[in-house]
Amino acid sequence: MKIIIIGDGKVGNNLAENLTKDAGNDITIIDKNAETLRDTIENLDVRCIRGNGVSTGILLEAGVRGVNLLIAATSSDEMNMVCCLTAKKLGAERTIARIRDPEYADELSQLKEDLGLDLVINPEQAVAGEIVKLLEFPSAAHVEIFAKGRVEMVEIRVTGAMSILNMSIREIANKVSSSILIGAIQRADSQVLIPNGDARIREGDVIYLVGLPSNVFRFCTKIGMHIQKIKNVMIVGGGRIAYYLAKYLDEIDIRSKIIEIDHARCVALSELLPDSLVIHGDGSDDKVLYSENLRDMDSFISVTGIDEENLMTALLAKRCGVPKVVAKINRTGYTEVINDMGIDNLVRPKEITANYILRYVRGLENAMGNPVDTLYPIIGGQAEVIEFTARATSKLLDIPLKKLRLVEGVLVAVVVRKNDAIIPHGNDAIRLNDNVILITKGLALADLDDILDETPT
Amino acid sequence: MNHRMIIRSLGLLLLIEAACMLPALIVSLIYGGGLGSPGGLGDGVAGLGSPDGLGGVGGLGGGEGDAPAFVLSILALAAVGGAMARVRPKTTNIYAKDGFAIVGFGWLLMSVLGAAPFLLSGAVPSPVDAVFESISGFSTTGASIIKNVEALPHGILFWRSFAHWIGGLGFLLLMLAILPTARANTVHIMKAESPGPAPEKFVPQIRRVAKILYGIYVALTFAEVIFLLCGGVPLFDALIHAFGTTSTGGFSNKNFSIGSFHSVYVENVVMAFMLLCGVNFTLYHALLRRNFSAFLHDEEFRFYALAILTASFLIAFNTFGQAFASFGEALRHGFFQVIAQITTTAYATADFSKWPTFSKCVMLFLMLCGASASSTGGGLKCVRVILLVKIARREVERLIHPRSVRAVKLNGKAVEEETLSGVVVFFFLYVATIVVATLLVSAEGRDIVSTWTAVLASISNNGTGLGMVSNMGSFADFSVASKIVLLVCMFVGRLEIYPVLLLSMPTFWRRVNI
Repeated sequence: MKIIIIGDGKVGNNLAENLTKDAGNDITIIDKNAETLRDTIENLDVRCIRGNGVSTGILLEAGVRGVNLLIAATSSDEMNMVCCLTAKKLGAERTIARIRDPEYADELSQLKEDLGLDLVINPEQAVAGEIVKLLEFPSAAHVEIFAKGRVEMVEIRVTGAMSILNMSIREIANKVSSSILIGAIQRADSQVLIPNGDARIREGDVIYLVGLPSNVFRFCTKIGMHIQKIKNVMIVGGGRIAYYLAKYLDEIDIRSKIIEIDHARCVALSELLPDSLVIHGDGSDDKVLYSENLRDMDSFISVTGIDEENLMTALLAKRCGVPKVVAKINRTGYTEVINDMGIDNLVRPKEITANYILRYVRGLENAMGNPVDTLYPIIGGQAEVIEFTARATSKLLDIPLKKLRLVEGVLVAVVVRKNDAIIPHGNDAIRLNDNVILITKGLALADLDDILDETPT
Repeated sequence: MNHRMIIRSLGLLLLIEAACMLPALIVSLIYGGGLGSPGGLGDGVAGLGSPDGLGGVGGLGGGEGDAPAFVLSILALAAVGGAMARVRPKTTNIYAKDGFAIVGFGWLLMSVLGAAPFLLSGAVPSPVDAVFESISGFSTTGASIIKNVEALPHGILFWRSFAHWIGGLGFLLLMLAILPTARANTVHIMKAESPGPAPEKFVPQIRRVAKILYGIYVALTFAEVIFLLCGGVPLFDALIHAFGTTSTGGFSNKNFSIGSFHSVYVENVVMAFMLLCGVNFTLYHALLRRNFSAFLHDEEFRFYALAILTASFLIAFNTFGQAFASFGEALRHGFFQVIAQITTTAYATADFSKWPTFSKCVMLFLMLCGASASSTGGGLKCVRVILLVKIARREVERLIHPRSVRAVKLNGKAVEEETLSGVVVFFFLYVATIVVATLLVSAEGRDIVSTWTAVLASISNNGTGLGMVSNMGSFADFSVASKIVLLVCMFVGRLEIYPVLLLSMPTFWRRVNI
């Protein structure tokens, strides 16, 4: 693939490093800073161009015409947007922008459409999402995300104590919850099947639940899965990550307490997050933490802008016996030292951002030469997730799913309509321009209509 | 330093060199080099006695006897190279320092071992002379210690010229193009080998850069061979001269160089291809991308073209009536010699040592200036001359407005200060090398013109100077010490000083260098 990356910061560099591992990628990096570029060109097999990525001349020099993907990852939201807009006009096939300001976050779907962006990444939001995943299923083995993080897939091993044992999929939908979907079942003999309504859950199965994060969690508690529920979380540092995090935690009924040193920010946070407790104080002061009963917390998360403070407070929390401690680390080096500190989880925003984009790029790579939008393997390659856009020519538009006869081994997992992710039921229908995410096994799908079973009955 | 990685790369280079000798071996066999002298070593001297041209065909009785020398060289290279290439590096990371070491050492090794066929076949009896001829070949200098080239066996002639061709664009670049191991950090190798202040990576993957450059190079060579064949030049001569032209080297299998063809057509073909190969190859890539204006907008190309035009007319006016009877002839030879000189090919249609002093001086300064960066030509490179002029202009402006701030621009883009100071330092080192080398050679006590122009011709990879080393002369009569100085100069000129300079630094070799 031909890829242009604008902004040679930590994210851009990390992305380039990972993407060059695939010999088929031609990567060009644009940045204003000659010094970082010099470092990059000495370490990576990429082409570097010094200049402003917004400029048409520079973009053309980088060969934007017919480029497969342009990733704008400079520190400025506006610049990223303009880069992508210009690039699209000049003929870039797909564009990805990093947009982090929460003010834009609400209008994201409109922005995406107007600017023709294919993927928007908000690093703070992504980090918050990552932390929520850690808190939500401290015991879940593996979590995949679809539809840009709005829908997730969780892997659960079925035990004898669960109420869904020996139920068919249809019964589960009727009796337990219809808001989630069982996307795949891995039987005890490690065979994977894409279930239809009649498939039964047996003991020892591994099931893959697809749904909105909160629904997946509710489903798990409902079926009697033992989850060590985290109820109270202390967050040190009231930045954007804390804001998104508190918002997400509130959605899954976890109470949060935010400690922030800046009073004005505290006021703003309290307005934005009516359900969280905002404390004005220095989170790096152990007395403040003790007085806010750090010892009784189920989880402690340090997300200030200073790595050292995050690590110190996290170590203190660990010492006080907090079960789940998460710290944010900005710097990329010193990995071994930090990993040895005994903090439960470390989150590195740049890495998360880069991985998020990488996932998308890998999906694109797999999809190249295929008519699908993205394609990537799941469950150790035993099944695939395929994404199609419903075009006007499709035969299954506006027909309720229950009236469609689908081929074996395919499941309509998620329908993404603008900014909403829908877990479809029998009465839902696919509309024009919906993004349809399918889980399939062993099917070579070339078109969305291929999922229709057209053999006469 | 990553010694294992360096050894491995050098091993691969030797294998490539062994492969490069195969065509020469085939040529040698075709012209009967294998017949008549199964004993091999030393017997090849008999080849010297064989008549010129196609005399060796059929190998009646005598034969040329150079094939065993090639077989032996190839086997030795393959054995040593194969052993070295088997070294498994612990890590493939290499840094700028390792890149310089690979380039410096690689060239040294290739050149010295490339001398083996000359020596083994007996064509060049002295080891220093053989190495001189080999380095002159690989560095595309074209200076020869052989007075009567027409007497050489065909295989040796071919190898001499093929060395030009490999050295023209660089064999490390060739290695990058054909080996799949070319990864990110090999950019250091390319930087250390490519001529010019800041080689441009015009496509992201270094392997593709190398492939495109070689693609252009092969296409140009092929085209010239075809054109020469159309002019009635025999295939062997066409190959030799195509290699000599596209690499801007200048070895010929004729004592009177291009002039011996007595054909204006051949002269024009050679002239056109010399001109083309002195252009920055990245411009051809732009051309392939249908960016036709790149040529006109490139400051270096404009300078190069302007220099050629101005110099040719100046020389034509100067020589008209003195060396040449008609203005047309003066212009024709003027153009050919100017292009041959600025691209540092130094093919000859006329002996410019017989021209008036003004013309001779113009020719010498053209040699110093050299061709474009990222071309196969030598010299200082036009782009450096342009930058030096611009730097000088800026300094003068600073005298008038001490607080003025001005970015030096090339092709509309600001050039980094580091590149600029690099150019200045390079120029100093270049001049310093000339000074030191001239002093060393002058100890021999020859006339100042021959001494100085021999150094100049060596360091600019041109190969032709004035006096003793003029078109029709040779380097054969210099003493062994002077020859060594001159061959170091050729080496320094081709690799643009730094790799050679670094190799001679003791700190470069210490494991812990502070």
